[in-house]
Amino acid sequence: MMTPTWIVLGAGSGMARPLLRRFAAQGAQLYLLGRRPEALEEIAEDCRLRGARAVTCLAFDARETAPYAALVERLAAEEGELNAISFTGSMPEQAAIDADPDLIAGVIADNFTGPAIFLQRLVPVLEARGRGTVVAISSVAGDRGRLGNYVYGAAKSAFSTWASGLRNRAARKGVHVMTVKPGPVDTPMTYGMKLPFMTSPEAVAQAIETGIARRRNVIYVAPIWRVIMTVIAHIPEAVFKKMSF
Amino acid sequence: MKWVARDYAGWGRALRARGEVARPETRAEILAEGPAPAFGMRRSYGDAALNSGGRALDMSRLDAFLEFDAGTGVLHVEAGARIGEIAAAFAPRGWMPAVMPGTGFATVGGCIGQDIHGKNHHHAGTFCAHLTEITLLQAGGVVTATPGTTLFRATAGGLGQTGTILSARLRLKPCAGDVMIVTERRAPDWASHLAMLDASQASYTVGWIDATATGAALGRGIVEEGENGRGLARGGTGRLTVPLEAPQFALAKPVVRAFNEAYFRRVPARGRTVVRPMEVFFFPLDKILDWNRLYGRRGFHQFQCVVPLGAAGALKGMLEEIAGAGLASPLAVLKRMGPGRAGYLSFPMEGYTLAIDFPNRDAARALIKRLEARTAEAGGRLYFAKDSLAEGAQIRAMYPELADWQAEVARADPEGRLTTDLVRRLHLRTA
Repeated sequence: MMTPTWIVLGAGSGMARPLLRRFAAQGAQLYLLGRRPEALEEIAEDCRLRGARAVTCLAFDARETAPYAALVERLAAEEGELNAISFTGSMPEQAAIDADPDLIAGVIADNFTGPAIFLQRLVPVLEARGRGTVVAISSVAGDRGRLGNYVYGAAKSAFSTWASGLRNRAARKGVHVMTVKPGPVDTPMTYGMKLPFMTSPEAVAQAIETGIARRRNVIYVAPIWRVIMTVIAHIPEAVFKKMSF
Repeated sequence: MKWVARDYAGWGRALRARGEVARPETRAEILAEGPAPAFGMRRSYGDAALNSGGRALDMSRLDAFLEFDAGTGVLHVEAGARIGEIAAAFAPRGWMPAVMPGTGFATVGGCIGQDIHGKNHHHAGTFCAHLTEITLLQAGGVVTATPGTTLFRATAGGLGQTGTILSARLRLKPCAGDVMIVTERRAPDWASHLAMLDASQASYTVGWIDATATGAALGRGIVEEGENGRGLARGGTGRLTVPLEAPQFALAKPVVRAFNEAYFRRVPARGRTVVRPMEVFFFPLDKILDWNRLYGRRGFHQFQCVVPLGAAGALKGMLEEIAGAGLASPLAVLKRMGPGRAGYLSFPMEGYTLAIDFPNRDAARALIKRLEARTAEAGGRLYFAKDSLAEGAQIRAMYPELADWQAEVARADPEGRLTTDLVRRLHLRTA
């Protein structure tokens, strides 16, 4: 039986690395998509040496949607089970956005519209085959708008909401959509920061792999975050607006 | 590259450091800033990985496999790649690292810096004997060290003092598969234990020693012999984590004695042969993540020495003193080493090596001091990967090629940018 194919958006992300290696060890075929595909070549070779059946690097820019139709057409030529996961995203400091509100458009594109437009084009291919999995990496930041990063939070919130709707639709055709809310992860972006309940890229990979196998719908990598965000989401707005975290 | 002020420690957690640490994701980030002392997973017990008040590179994210030649078996990997990951990825395809240390978490850079040995040292020599190239960053730029050069001999076991190790080419060895056929036999006392190690013809041989046994049972243990094989012995790779600092009594004397008794009796008197997953044979403690926390907040020391074949009696004397003191932990290993060593400061010599953990307490530190003196008297050697208590003059005298190493290091790192806590504590570069 042919091993599955995974299409990975934002494959250069530090969070993606351990998951790519797990896919590789299972002999999967990989399409690594990123802004600079030449920069993904070393990751691709690492995946080949760890057992990936085949690895191809392709250009993908969340802010440049025009090439998506052709890209999806090319990927659709691949036979067998197709799966996709999106790691794309960006999180400028809220202060930088306050200084230049035009940055919002890019944040929305990187975290929501870019991957959503691509996946919206891709999912019909999976539906036609009646199988496959789509994994949307969202964030606990999308569960409530907070002082520190509400533009990023708004984009992730939109992505989560979109993924929820897509799940509802695609499930009818045998395609599973899983939303992942990692919480703080020990990546280059967060290196040296003291963040509560920090998890590792390795733990994210483990949670995603288990989640896919059990066909989970929404996963929090560190389960404590489901509790924390449930509490935060229920704080009355009158109180919440005076809090800062 | 982001530099963050951090507290960090060696594996024994008795020696600690505070300094700026960066964790690069690409080799390009290091090239941009120049060489600095580097560490991997910090599995050296003492201060080999520490640089108090200075900068250090955490290489753990630089762990990519770069290139593999299926014709020659040569694998090019980044310095932070872990030996266990290489074994897991390649053994099912018929290749494995030619030398593997006792933990799969050790990185390639660390294995080079300590020129580590494995259970097959008597046949295969050390880790660096199986390299075709080491890529280093020095202040002047990137250089490659190849076997046969003085730079290579100074880099193998050279404690990272000849340049920041970026990557290396390992000559993997062909293997049948990812399981080991393991024969375990009881050795009832010291004499039989040594005799069994001497007589072993196996590819991989190691003795677990009960360092709490005294009298007629002194030196008793289990001799394990392993051969690589293929077949079905998978599963059982689940991991436990030691979640907290263990309380003092976790490794108290009666607990250790009871554990050792049970461990000895676990193997039937007539011996047995079992099939084990490769990682269980080579990396028995890796299943318990953060096992160093078992020793509590104060940490622990590991004493490891090697003495010449003719000094086996002196080693027995050391074991008598250890067993009499009643301070040892269950983790004790006896092995016969061959002569193989690849660098000026490589640890091995032909003889017997003994490794034992002790909790970090006054009595244990005093005992280790006496064991170090006895090692020196026996013409033996202490291991930089384990040491945290040695006297500089005493340990330097155990390395007759130290001057050759110093000369090469002076050329490679004239400004002393790569100096670490261990190098300073033992005055390795300056004395």
